[in-house]
Amino acid sequence: MLAVKEIKFSEEMLKQVDEIIKRYPEGKEKSALLPVLHLAQAEFGWCSTEVMDQVASVLNIKPIEVYEVATFYTMFHVKPVGKYVLEVCRTGPCCLVGAEKIIKYLEDKLEIKEGETSADGLFTVKGVECLAACGTGPVLQIGPEYTFYEHLTTDSVDQLLEDLKGRKQ
Amino acid sequence: MSEKFKVTIDNIVIEVDPGTTILNAARMIGGDIVPPAMCYYTKLQGSGGKCRTCLVKVSQGSEKDPRPMPKLVASCRTTVMDGMVVQNITSPEVIEARKGVVEILLINHPLDCPVCDQAGECHLQDLSFEHGAEQTRYEFKRRTFERIDIGDKIQLHMNRCILCYRCVFTADQITNERVHGVLNRGDASEISTYITKAVDNDFSGNMIDVCPVGALTDKTFRFKNRVWFTKPVDAHCECDKCSGKVTLWYKGEDVIRVTGRKDQYGEVQDFICNTCRFDKKKTSDWTIEKPTEIDPRSVISANHYEMEHMLPVIDKKIM
Amino acid sequence: MAQKILLKDIDVPGIETFDVFRKQGGYSAVEKVLKTMSPEDVVEEVKKSGLRGRGGAGFPTGMKWSFLAKPEGVPRYLVCNADESEPGTFKDRYLMTKLPHVLIEGMIVASYALGANTSYIYVRGEMMPQIRILEKAIAEAKAAGFLGENILGSGYDLEIYVQPGGGAYICGEETALLESLEGKRGNPRIKPPFPAIAGLYGCPTVVNNVESIAATSWIVLNGGDEYAKIGIGRSTGTKLISASGNINKPGVYEIELGLPVEEFIYSDEYCGGIANGKRLKAVVAGGSSVPILPANLILRTVNGEPRLMSYESLADGGFASGTMLGSGGFIVMDEDACIVRNTWNFSRFYHHESCGQCSPCREGTGWMEKILHRIEYGHGKMSDIDLLWDVQRKIEGNTICPLGDAAAWPVASAIRHFRDEFEWHVNEPKAAMEGNYGLAHYADPLPVPAAPSELVK
Repeated sequence: MLAVKEIKFSEEMLKQVDEIIKRYPEGKEKSALLPVLHLAQAEFGWCSTEVMDQVASVLNIKPIEVYEVATFYTMFHVKPVGKYVLEVCRTGPCCLVGAEKIIKYLEDKLEIKEGETSADGLFTVKGVECLAACGTGPVLQIGPEYTFYEHLTTDSVDQLLEDLKGRKQ
Repeated sequence: MSEKFKVTIDNIVIEVDPGTTILNAARMIGGDIVPPAMCYYTKLQGSGGKCRTCLVKVSQGSEKDPRPMPKLVASCRTTVMDGMVVQNITSPEVIEARKGVVEILLINHPLDCPVCDQAGECHLQDLSFEHGAEQTRYEFKRRTFERIDIGDKIQLHMNRCILCYRCVFTADQITNERVHGVLNRGDASEISTYITKAVDNDFSGNMIDVCPVGALTDKTFRFKNRVWFTKPVDAHCECDKCSGKVTLWYKGEDVIRVTGRKDQYGEVQDFICNTCRFDKKKTSDWTIEKPTEIDPRSVISANHYEMEHMLPVIDKKIM
Repeated sequence: MAQKILLKDIDVPGIETFDVFRKQGGYSAVEKVLKTMSPEDVVEEVKKSGLRGRGGAGFPTGMKWSFLAKPEGVPRYLVCNADESEPGTFKDRYLMTKLPHVLIEGMIVASYALGANTSYIYVRGEMMPQIRILEKAIAEAKAAGFLGENILGSGYDLEIYVQPGGGAYICGEETALLESLEGKRGNPRIKPPFPAIAGLYGCPTVVNNVESIAATSWIVLNGGDEYAKIGIGRSTGTKLISASGNINKPGVYEIELGLPVEEFIYSDEYCGGIANGKRLKAVVAGGSSVPILPANLILRTVNGEPRLMSYESLADGGFASGTMLGSGGFIVMDEDACIVRNTWNFSRFYHHESCGQCSPCREGTGWMEKILHRIEYGHGKMSDIDLLWDVQRKIEGNTICPLGDAAAWPVASAIRHFRDEFEWHVNEPKAAMEGNYGLAHYADPLPVPAAPSELVK
C-alpha cells in the first residue's frame, strides 16, 4: 500500500513552482495551477484535500479554486489510486482494434472492475477517453510520466504487469 | 451617450443605448415578448449565457449588415446593433428550441415541488408551466445528491440545481470569501464546498435570493409555510452593513422570512446582509412601508391577497 | 510522390535535435522573417497561401491573424493549441514527437508576425513525453540564439513556454483553452468578445493549431503563392491525415489536398486498403465530430463524382450526403464494425467531455448516451430512434460552444445513413447482441441522377 507521506512541498518543489510561475505575467500566478497540480500529484500520488490546500497556499489562491479545477480535469486523482494507474483508451478508434477486450482482460486478470484498484494496491485500471494515439491502438498510459504502451495484446499486457510488479521502490 | 440604437423585437420597435443586451431591450418593452432568463442576473457581472432559455433569433444583424445570425443567440449576452431585428415569441424555431431547453432542464430535476420551499416563487416552475411539454420523454434514473447544510442558515438541495452559477458569482462579487463553487464536470457538476465547510459571512444569505430554483433555501424558513400563504410587505431599517431595504414575509403577525426586494424578473433591488435576513424577525425591528407589489398572475397574490387590507397590525408598544 | 512540407525530413536520423534540424535548413524561416520581412509581410504571405486552420474549423489562418487587435501598450499573445483530443486525430502528437523544431520554428515566425513576445504551447497533459521533448527543443533553440532577447540581433524578443493541460477534451475549444491556461476550469467563454480582441488575460490573442503554425515556416520561405499552388481550389497546401481503424497501414500521412479518398484508402502509399481482406463499410473522415458516411457516399458524391480529400469535396452534399475534413482524423470501419456501438461509444465520449456549463449539452449528451446504450444492449424501442433524432436536434446550434454540435452530428449522421441498422438492433436484439449487421447495402453503388438539374428541384 501507499506509504503515508507528509503533505508538504519540499524546497526542491517550491523552487520548481517558482520557475513555473515565472512563465506568466505578474499577478497571473493562478496560471500555474495545472502544472503545479501535476507536480504535486507526481510527488504525493494523488490529490488529497491536504495536497490541494498546499497547492492553494503556495499559489496564494483560495482552496475552492483548486478543488474546482482538480475535479474538472480527469488526470487529477481526487480519490486514492494504486501505485500504477493503467489508463486504457476506450474511445472509438481504439475499440475498432480491440480496446474493450484489453480492458476486460485487465479486469479479469486483476480481479477488479474498471475504476477500481487491485487488492495489493499496485494497479488501478481506468478507462479513459481518446489519448490521440488511434493509429497505434489499443493503447494505455501510466503516470506520472505518462509512458505509452501501444499495440496492446493480452500477451503484452501480461508482460507489462510482470515488469511493473518487478520494479523496485 | 446620446446616440441610440433602434431595435425591433417581435415587431415592436424600441430605441436603446448602445451596449444594451437584447434581453434588457425586451425588458424595456415588457410583456410577453420578454425572453425567460434562468441564469442571467443584472447585478452579477459575467452571469448569463448558460441556461439557454433566453435564446432568440436575430433575423437581421443590423442596418449596416442585415444578414441574419446563423444560430439562435442568448439574448442576455448579445448586445443590440442599430437596426437589429429580433424574433422571440414570433419565431416557431425559438419556441421549439426553448421547449427543448425546458425539457432538458427537467430531465434530472426531482420535480419535488410539493415539498419544495421554492414552490410558488420558482422560476423553473414558471418556465415549465409556460414553455414546457406536458410530459417528459426521459425514462432513466434521475441524478441524485445528498442534501447538505452549508452553514446553519442555508440548505443546499443539489438535486434541484440547474447550475446557473449565480450563487458562485454572488459569493465572488458580494462576499469577501468564496468557499463554494462548481465541482466536477458535465452532468456530474455540482455546487459544493468540497469538504464540509460553512458558507459563513455577512452577505452569504444573498445566495438564497439569487437562486432561481429551490436549490438554496433559507433554513430559518424551511417548511414554515407555503409561500402563497404568506404576505409580503416592504420594510426598511437602519443598517450599517446594507441598505436595510427588505421584504418581510408574514404569516399572521409573525415575520417568518426576510428577503431582498425582488422585481418582476426575480432580481433583488439591493443585496441585504445576514443580520437583516436572519436575525431581525420581529416587526419591531422594521419600519413597514407598504404591501409588496406582486405580479397579479403570481400564486402569491392568487391567495385572495388584498393589498389594501392585509397590513399586519403594528403596535410597537406591545412588542 | 506527393509533395511533403511538414514531414519532409521525418526520416532524417536525429531530426528531433537542433543541430540536425538546423543542418537540414531548419530555422532559415526565422532568419528570413527577422532579417528581411516586416510582421505585416509575414501576415500577407500567410494570407496569400490560403492556409486554413488545421485544428478542425478550417478558418483561414492569415485572416485570423489580421483580425488581431493591436492596442498600444497591451501585450499580444500567440497560443498554440496542442490539446489534440479529437478521437481519430493523432497528427500533432506525431509531429511534436518526431519534429519538435518544426513547431518551434513556426512558433517564432507566427509570434513575430503577430507581435507577441510571450507565446504558449498548450499541450494536453497526457502528452507528458511530448511536453519534455518540446521543452528540450525550446532550450536548444534558445541556446542557439533563436529565442530570448534580441533574437539574431533583430531587436525582437520572444519566450515560448509549454503549458500542460489536465485531461479535458473541451480545452481544444480555443476559449476553454485560454480559461485553462489561466488556471481555471475549462469552461468555454461566451463570445463575443473573440480572443482576437480579448483573449489570454484579457489581451488580444491568436490561438492556432500545431499543424497550422508548423506550416507557416515553409510558407514564408517559399512564398504564399507557392503554397497556394499545392492542393485544389480553396483547399491549398498539404494536410496531415491521421488514419486509424480497420486498415492495413494506420498512421499519419501528409497528403496534398485534393487526393481522391479512394486512393487514400486503397493505395499502398497511404492506408493500404482494408485489413484482413474485409470490405469497407463506413468512414468518419475528419475526427469523431464529423458526420459518418457509408462506403458508397465516402467514395463518391451523390452526383457520382469521386470524393476528394479537400474541405469542399468532403462537404459536398452538405449534411444530407457529405461530411467534413475537420481535423483530418480518418477512421475507417470494416464490415464487422457495428455502427450503433460506435455511435454509442462516441456519444459516451461527448457525455464524458461536456464541461457542464450550458444545459443542452450538459443534460442532452448524457440523455443521448443512455438511449444509445439501451439500443446497443438490446433494450431499445423503435421510438428511441426518433427520440434520439429529436434530442440531437435540440442540442445542435443551441449551446455555448461547438461541443454540442460535435456531440449531435455523429448521432444525426448515423441515424440518417444507417437507420436500418438501428432498427435491426431494436427488432432483433438477440441477434444484435451476438452478431452484427454486416456490410448490408452500405457499399452498393448509388443511383447517379440523370441530370444535375434533377437535384436542384
